[in-house]
Amino acid sequence: MTPIIEFKHVDKYYGKFHALKDINLKINEGEVVSIIGPSGSGKSTLIRTMNGLEKINKGQLLVTGYDLADKKTDINKIRKNVGMVFQHFNLYDNHTVLENVTLAPKIVLKRPDDENKKIAMQYLEKVGMVDKINSYPRQLSGGQKQRVAIARSLAMKPKVILFDEPTSALDPEMIQDVLDVMRYVAEQGITMVVVTHEMGFAREVSNRLIFFDAGHVLEDRKPEEFFAHPNTERAREFLSKVISKD
Amino acid sequence: MWSILTNNWSSFLTGFWNTILCSVIALIFSLILGIFFAMLEVAPPKFVRIIAHIYIEVFRNIPLLVIVMIFYLIVPRFFFKLSGFQSGTIGLTLYTSAFIAETVRSGINSIGEGQMEGARSNGMTYIQAMRYVILPQAMKIVIPPLGNQFVNLIKNSSVLAFVAGFDLMYQAQLIAFASFQTIDTYIVVGLFYLVLTLPLSYYLRHLEKKLAN
Repeated sequence: MTPIIEFKHVDKYYGKFHALKDINLKINEGEVVSIIGPSGSGKSTLIRTMNGLEKINKGQLLVTGYDLADKKTDINKIRKNVGMVFQHFNLYDNHTVLENVTLAPKIVLKRPDDENKKIAMQYLEKVGMVDKINSYPRQLSGGQKQRVAIARSLAMKPKVILFDEPTSALDPEMIQDVLDVMRYVAEQGITMVVVTHEMGFAREVSNRLIFFDAGHVLEDRKPEEFFAHPNTERAREFLSKVISKD
Repeated sequence: MWSILTNNWSSFLTGFWNTILCSVIALIFSLILGIFFAMLEVAPPKFVRIIAHIYIEVFRNIPLLVIVMIFYLIVPRFFFKLSGFQSGTIGLTLYTSAFIAETVRSGINSIGEGQMEGARSNGMTYIQAMRYVILPQAMKIVIPPLGNQFVNLIKNSSVLAFVAGFDLMYQAQLIAFASFQTIDTYIVVGLFYLVLTLPLSYYLRHLEKKLAN
């Protein structure tokens, strides 16, 4: 399998704070990778480096074949193939649901209007938002916004979608709808990297689990093995806390 | 007062027309320049931000009359000839653009970072994200303060009188000197300015209400 994302000795600092420490990581096409770990461990920083929202300070980061650390790399080219779904949705507030999904394919991919709308409607139907196509983001609930955000990413037909805590800002009863949509994305064979606190999703949907703490990858294994027998004391401690909370 | 108006009708009209012309030209170009420099002021490269910052601070902190005089007296000496109307309109444009840039910049800054991140992650370039996502939202927010700038611009166009720009104020000075009816003349001129600024003020208030929904 060819890695679609590859970290080679990557370091990242915020001033003096060492956020990512010598990261070496390969993510292959078609994998669904969950990244879990305590708050402030650097999970979000890690995923945000994958589409260049955060710059790395040292090492090499290859995404869809391009090196993000290379100044000559056109980041926009990479982002055509790497979608992102955010904790706070980040839908375009000045555009309707349909426009949110069609805008980037129209101006970035130059997709013709009729085809663009057809594809958008197809994904909006998959995420159950067809009856809201003319609504504005402010008229939607959090769960609805997130489903539109996923449709927006899908409409670019990316190779990878990065999810940065997609359910953390949602009311509990909205979470399942979003997780169902993410399960659908996984079934399409799109590579997924998901920073999450949803242990159920990590266990059932992802086929690889990364436990991240203090800027390090502490464990990188199959989810069922990890949840049955965490190798590190830190992971055991973390799991006992999050699982007793459920 | 009525006689002032009827006796000098054509002078007033010429002045009125020149004031409108100067204001419309300055409005269009100061808006373009203002948005341009606002975008530079929030652009990622530092040297671009510095250039924009210098432009804004210079034109915002020099009296309008001084800027106009520079174009009326100094520029013709070294570069090319400018009429009073031209130098007045250029000065007014640059002066107003600095204020518009600051207003638009504050609008851009009030849009959450998530909007830019969402657009960039969706594959848009910085410019595309600005044009389709950030600026439309920012402009909506800054319409009320921008309206104030436009009203100020119309009133500030009276600076043309100092450089023989043939605007309303210039005509008023001529009429006042010739007729000795100074008070009446300036009352009439004030009314002419109100004819321009009041509808604009009301329209902007209406627009503000409409956009609030």
